[in-house]
Amino acid sequence: MHPGIIFFLVILGSVLFHIFTPWYWTDVASNWGGMDDTITLTFWIGGGVFIAVCLFMVYCVFKFSYKEERRAEYKPEDKKLEKILTWATTIGVVALLAPGLVIWNNYVNVPKNAIEVDVMAWQWGWQYRLPGKDGKLGTTQIVNINDDNPFGINSDDPYGKDDVMIQSDVLNLQNDKPVKILLRSVDVLHNWYVPQFRAKMDAVPGIVTYYWFEPNKVGEYEVLCVEYCGVGHYAMRGGVIVQDEKDYKNWLGQQETYADLIAKQENKEINKKQLAKKTD
Amino acid sequence: MSEEFNDNKTIHAQSSETISGGGSSAAPDIDYVRPAEVEEQDLYHGHSFITKWVFCQDAKVIGVQYFLLATFTGIVGLILSWLMRLQLGFPGAAGFMTAEHYYQFVTMHGMIMVVYFLTALFLGGFGNYLIPLMVGARDMVFPYLNMVSFWMFFIAVGVLMASFFVPGGPTGAGWTLYPPQTILEGTPGSGAGILLMCGSLILFVAGFTMGGLNYLITILQARTRGMTLMRMPLTVWGIFTATVLAMLAFPALLVGALMMSLDKVLGTSFFMPTILKAGEVLEYGGGSPILFQHLFWFFGHPEVYIVALPAFGIVSDLISVHSRKNIFGYRMMVWAIVGIGALSFFVWAHHMYVSGMNPWFGFFFATTTLIIAVPTAMKVYNWILTLWRGNIRMNTVMLWCLGFIVTFVNGGITGIFLGNVSVDVPLSDTYFVIAHFHMVMGIAPLMVIMGAVYHWFPLVAGRFLDEKLGKWHFWTTFLGAYSIYFPMHYLGFIGVPRRYFEMYDSPYMTSAVGMNEFISLAAFLVGAAQFILIYNIIKTLKTGKRAGSNPWKACSLEWLTPSVPPEHGNWGDRLPVVHRWCYDYSVPGAKEDFITQTTPPSEVQNTGVEKT
Repeated sequence: MHPGIIFFLVILGSVLFHIFTPWYWTDVASNWGGMDDTITLTFWIGGGVFIAVCLFMVYCVFKFSYKEERRAEYKPEDKKLEKILTWATTIGVVALLAPGLVIWNNYVNVPKNAIEVDVMAWQWGWQYRLPGKDGKLGTTQIVNINDDNPFGINSDDPYGKDDVMIQSDVLNLQNDKPVKILLRSVDVLHNWYVPQFRAKMDAVPGIVTYYWFEPNKVGEYEVLCVEYCGVGHYAMRGGVIVQDEKDYKNWLGQQETYADLIAKQENKEINKKQLAKKTD
Repeated sequence: MSEEFNDNKTIHAQSSETISGGGSSAAPDIDYVRPAEVEEQDLYHGHSFITKWVFCQDAKVIGVQYFLLATFTGIVGLILSWLMRLQLGFPGAAGFMTAEHYYQFVTMHGMIMVVYFLTALFLGGFGNYLIPLMVGARDMVFPYLNMVSFWMFFIAVGVLMASFFVPGGPTGAGWTLYPPQTILEGTPGSGAGILLMCGSLILFVAGFTMGGLNYLITILQARTRGMTLMRMPLTVWGIFTATVLAMLAFPALLVGALMMSLDKVLGTSFFMPTILKAGEVLEYGGGSPILFQHLFWFFGHPEVYIVALPAFGIVSDLISVHSRKNIFGYRMMVWAIVGIGALSFFVWAHHMYVSGMNPWFGFFFATTTLIIAVPTAMKVYNWILTLWRGNIRMNTVMLWCLGFIVTFVNGGITGIFLGNVSVDVPLSDTYFVIAHFHMVMGIAPLMVIMGAVYHWFPLVAGRFLDEKLGKWHFWTTFLGAYSIYFPMHYLGFIGVPRRYFEMYDSPYMTSAVGMNEFISLAAFLVGAAQFILIYNIIKTLKTGKRAGSNPWKACSLEWLTPSVPPEHGNWGDRLPVVHRWCYDYSVPGAKEDFITQTTPPSEVQNTGVEKT
């Protein structure tokens, strides 16, 4: 069999695989559908170039196979052709880059009304904190973290008192409401990623990083850590439950705030003291 | 140097005028080449076995030494990849495979393949063997330093391999070695393993610098008479530019490795912020993990081109020789190599779009990254335009070249996905990335290495490799590797993250079980197919068809040595004199379909040679 046939079949197979693949992206569940569109555009332009280049190659292989009596053409360069190809490529590249940058511009500019969520990562798990009625998260410090203060909130920060603390790896979000994910890590690099939301960012110890999205499909999603973080990396999962407003408010009402926790601790202390007194 | 270049230009102008004028009266002048300016190099000729074959100063032997040691580490890397694929395709099939081992294998596989296999093979192996021969020198300009370079590499490999046998095993931090996890408990090999890795890299960089200076100075200063820069084979251009990149990029890796070792041993905090671990605050503070990522990728991205540019150069020459046609747009090809090399220093943070660096960098790095696509695309066009109206020999060498074009274009285009910042967001850290970089800087350069082995083996050993075995080797490797990495992109689309020891039962992962099994089987097959080459080499060394002088009818200097294989000193009594570029194939009016670089114009009058 002529090798060109096999190369042709490889190209054909690639195209067919792409058309009929059962493995493709999950349905987008956030506002980042534009990323999917850019991928599709890149597939059309890039895929077109791939097919064109490879088919041209296969054609040459058939047409110009070695013959003793034939001579190859002698033509060191063709300035005009090279110029046309350079410009055509440049236009293609610009066509791909432009929508990419527009979406990136949206990605880095967080809408004003986004709810901030503190996503705190450690080896190997997640916990979340939502702002209370004041709409602001209290500041934190790693050295403050202990059993009585799992998020390391600065106790002298008035914004911190009403913060809602979710000591679970599952976070509830309100549908159609933008969230700004504020990522921090107490130990090593992590990354909080839900494939259906498309967006992601590393959590880096020492700094707070962010990204935003707006969930738009009610449902349950799996959170994956996608930045290698040591031997438990593959098991570092979490969850997101996207709910409509009523369910979400209902859930939110049941969560404990930092003030609740402090009060509980104090009660415990008082009880302890009273108990101690009684036994005296 | 530019003066020399200009001088030569006027000489060519003269000669071509004479040719087009068809005048025979000026015959003595058209062959004029400026006399040599410096005396010939004195070479150290070894006499004992040890000075001839072990501590040898002949660049050709050093090249083969590099080649063999790099191949050995490559086989280690290959076996590690088998073990990884065994776990991914058939979890639990290998009883000893724990998550620790898996991450150690991932890390060592990556580092070995990129640095100790590909870089060492292209620059140390092909660079040493081909540079002096292709530019018409007797040897590298500093033969002793060249020898030390190889033995430093040898020690570096030794230190790297030693890390398999220390307590805790080799580092399992991923080949990118990101702190803080790299040097903390919870990552395999965070003790002795990472220190040996850093030590090995430092030795490698030191050794490579010795070799690299040799390549650069040999190319700049030791070219033979008439060998202008713009007459050099693209192989030499590729290796030259890659070496410049390596000289500028490796120091970033070196300081990164040094600073990390200090963080580990002395407790400095270059890369270590305040950290809470197992309920205790560690004695670090104020460092920046992202700083390491910048240092790493300032090395890491040019590193991609350190591997790719020699491959670009070599494949250009192979395609040209076996299409019996000059490489199309030679000057464009040279400037594309140089341009890609220069640009490669301005794109490093496209590996860090979601690293937590200032997101506004994304605009800059996405733009620079996509700009690189233009010269790269030009190179691809010129390769296929070289095939156009050529006279293509469909031998094993050409098959590897065609395989390279398919895999490189495929991997290049997925690079446009990942370089385009917002498209990268969903795809980064998934199997799409794995598929992309294996296709573009694993398989594609490997195709070139294989093509180069089949092409230059007759020069090195004086015998042809067996074509039939070669074709089996090619088709299994090409079809197998393509069916590993092409479907793997789609795992990335689903969202399957990389560096997962175990996929568990997430819905978008269970659907991929069948594909993972298939990919693993293909990986076993492709790995095994590489032993066909080893068998082929062993068999052919004894019984292969003798090649004789210039068996491919090539124009370039390496085929024009007085003896095949070339001896120490390469050129016998007299250095060759170069009269033209190395791509005068199928020149109209010439008797044969090639005119060697040493053929003076007077011997090929009445041909339509263009000015070179």
